Amino acid sequence: MYAQMVKTGVDRIQSSEEMSPEERAFQERIDADIKIEPKEWMPEAYRKTLIRQISQHAHSEIIGMQPEGNWITRAPTLERKAILLAKVQDEAGHGLYLYCAAETLGVSRDELMEQLNSGKAKYSSIFNYPTLTWADIGAIGWLVDGAAIMNQVPLQRCSYGPYSRAMIRICKEESFHQRQGYDIMMKLARGTPEQKQMAQDALNRWWWPSLMMFGPSDADSVHSAQSMKWKIKINSNDELRQKFVDQTVPQAEYLGLTVPDPDLRWNAERGHYDFGAVDWEEFYQVIAGNGPCNRQRLRTRVKAYEEGRWVREAAEAYAAKKAARAQAKAA
Amino acid sequence: MNEQEALFEYLLRLGDNALILGHRLSEWCGHSPALEEDLALSNVALDLIGQTQLWLNLAGEIEGKGRDADKLAYLRDARDFRNLLLVEQPNGDFAMTMARQFYFDAWHYLQLQGLTGSKESRIAEIAAKSLKEVAYHLERSRDWVLRLGDGTEESHRRMQAAIDDLWMYTGELFEADEIDRTMIQAGLGPDPSALQESWLDLVRATAEEATLALPQPGWAQRGGKRGIHTEHLGYILADLQFLQRAYPNAVW
Amino acid sequence: MTDRKEWPLWEVFIRSQHGLAHRHVGSLHAPDAEMAIKNARDVYTRRNEGVSIWVVKASDIAASSPGEKGPLFDPANSKVYRHPTFYEIPEELGHM
Ligand SMILES: [Fe+2]
Ligand SMILES: [Fe+2]
Ligand SMILES: [Fe+2]
Repeated sequence: MYAQMVKTGVDRIQSSEEMSPEERAFQERIDADIKIEPKEWMPEAYRKTLIRQISQHAHSEIIGMQPEGNWITRAPTLERKAILLAKVQDEAGHGLYLYCAAETLGVSRDELMEQLNSGKAKYSSIFNYPTLTWADIGAIGWLVDGAAIMNQVPLQRCSYGPYSRAMIRICKEESFHQRQGYDIMMKLARGTPEQKQMAQDALNRWWWPSLMMFGPSDADSVHSAQSMKWKIKINSNDELRQKFVDQTVPQAEYLGLTVPDPDLRWNAERGHYDFGAVDWEEFYQVIAGNGPCNRQRLRTRVKAYEEGRWVREAAEAYAAKKAARAQAKAA
Repeated sequence: MNEQEALFEYLLRLGDNALILGHRLSEWCGHSPALEEDLALSNVALDLIGQTQLWLNLAGEIEGKGRDADKLAYLRDARDFRNLLLVEQPNGDFAMTMARQFYFDAWHYLQLQGLTGSKESRIAEIAAKSLKEVAYHLERSRDWVLRLGDGTEESHRRMQAAIDDLWMYTGELFEADEIDRTMIQAGLGPDPSALQESWLDLVRATAEEATLALPQPGWAQRGGKRGIHTEHLGYILADLQFLQRAYPNAVW
Repeated sequence: MTDRKEWPLWEVFIRSQHGLAHRHVGSLHAPDAEMAIKNARDVYTRRNEGVSIWVVKASDIAASSPGEKGPLFDPANSKVYRHPTFYEIPEELGHM
C-alpha cells in the first residue's frame, strides 16, 4: 500500500492483564471506537508507528507526483493536460494533509522530509516504476489509485483523529482519480490498434506491481496484528489484494484487455478470483532501493527540496522583517 | 489582411500566451520550493489552460476552417505561434519564474481590463472571466517579487538577476503593429502602447518596495507576435505536441 | 539542515456558501498570515469549498486539556432540562 510493512516496535501483542492502567484505558477507548486526539495520552509505540505509517503515506503521495508529472507537459489534449495537472496537484495536497496529520504527533515536516531525502524513510514500491507511454497515466489512475482507495476508504475510520480526518478529505478527492484513469483506458481501448496495444502494454507492466502494493501476506505478522488492534490498519493485505483483483478483472474485461496472469480464473466455490503468485523477490528488491527508478525519484525530490531552500528562507526572512517594521511603527 | 483575419491572429496571440505560460508553470508541479507552492502554481497553470481553451476555440470559430483549440494548440509549428517571447523563456530558478510571471501578470491584467470593453461580446466575456483569475495571479507574483527582493541576500541577488535578465522581453508587450491597430480601430481590443504607463507604475513601485533596481530602458527583443521566436519554443512544442504528432488522428 | 527554521504551521478555517460558521478544514505552512491566507485559498478551496478564510497560527491556539475532559464536559450530561426534548407538549398543540 502507500504504507507498506509498517513496523510497530512490538514483538508480541500484550494481553489486557499485562497492560498498565493507562494502556488498558487507551485500548478500551479504541475498542469503543472513540477517536484518539493529538494531546491525549497514547502508548509511545502507537505514536511512533503512526508517525511511520502516516509519513510513509505522505512520502508516497509526494514521490507519486513524479511518474505522472512526467506526462503533464506531454498530455495529448488541453483537457487531458488540465485533468492530469489537477490530479497531480491533488496528490501534493494529499501529501500536505498527511504531513500535517503527522505533525500533530510531535514531528516537523522538515524532519520527515529529511528522513525521506536521506533514504531512511520508505515510500510505496509502486512509484519506482517508470511511466513510458501515455497509457501508463491511465493505468496508474485505474490500478494504482484504485488500489490506494481500497486501503484508504477503511482508514477513514482509523483510531487517530487527525489521520482519519485527512483520509476523509483524501478519499473525497481520490474518487475522481480512479475514474479519470479508467476514462483514459477506455479511450485507448476503443481507439486505433496502436492505442489499444499501448493500453495492453501498460496493463502488462502495471498489473503485478499493483498487486505488490498491498504488501506480502501479513497473516502471521505481529506488526499487522498490533496495528489492527490499534485500528490504524483495518484489513489484512491478502484481503485487500483479493478485493482488488475481484473488482479489477471485470473492468479489464470490459476494456477488452487481458490481465497478464495465466493462472487467473474465477473460483465459483470461493466466490473469488484465483490468481498467480506474486514475485516477492522483485518487491523486496524495489523496497531495498533497486527498482527501475528509485534513485532517480529520490534525486529529483532532493533536488527540488534543496533548490527550494533559499526561497523558503527568503520568505521567512521577509516575514520577520515585516513583523519587525510593524512593531517598530507601533512602538 | 482583412478584419476577420486580423482578429484570428489577435486571438491566437491571446490564446498562445496563456498556452505557453501555462505549460511552463505546469513544469513546476512536483518541483517547487514547498508543497503549498506546488498547489498554488498549479492553480495558476490551470487558470491559464482554461483561458487557452476559450481563446483558441474562439479563434477557430472566427477562422471558420473547423479548427478547435486542440487542433490549434497541437498542430501548428513554431512559426505559426503568436505568443510573446517573455512567456516562453525557461523557468530558471524560482526568482526567474516569478519575475516572468510578475511582468506578464501586470501586463495581462491591464490587457484583459481593456478587453472587457471589446465590442465583440464573446471577447468581453472571456476577458471578464479571466480578469478575476489574473487579479489573483498578479497579487501572488507581486508578493513573491517583494518577498524575494527584500528577503535574504541570496534571494535579492537572484531576483535582481531575474528582472534584469527578462527586461528585454518586456518591450514587445507594448508595441502595436498592424493587427493591433486594426483591433483598436474596430473597437475590439485596447492599444498596447496605452498600457505601458500603468504597467511601469506598478512595476516601478513594486521594484522599489522590493529594494530592487529597475533596469534602464534598452534594446527590446521582439518577434513573438509575428512568429519569430526564441529557440525555447521549439522544445516546448516537441513536448506538447508529441502524442498528436506521433499518432495522427487518434482520439485521446 | 544547519539552522532549521521551518515556516510555521497555521490552522485553516473556512466558511462555505451556505452561511454556516467557519469550520476547521486542516492546516498548512506559511511564513506569515498573508501568505497563509493565499495558501489556504490554493490548498483548501480548489473545489469551491469556501467564501471566507480564517487562518490562525497553530501555536497561538489555546486548547482545553484532554485530561480535563471529565470536569469540563461531563457536568453538562446531567442537565437534560436544557434540551427541548426534555419537555412533553400535548400533541394537539402541534409544533412548538
Ligand atoms: Fe493521493
Ligand atoms: Fe495516489
Ligand atoms: Fe490519487
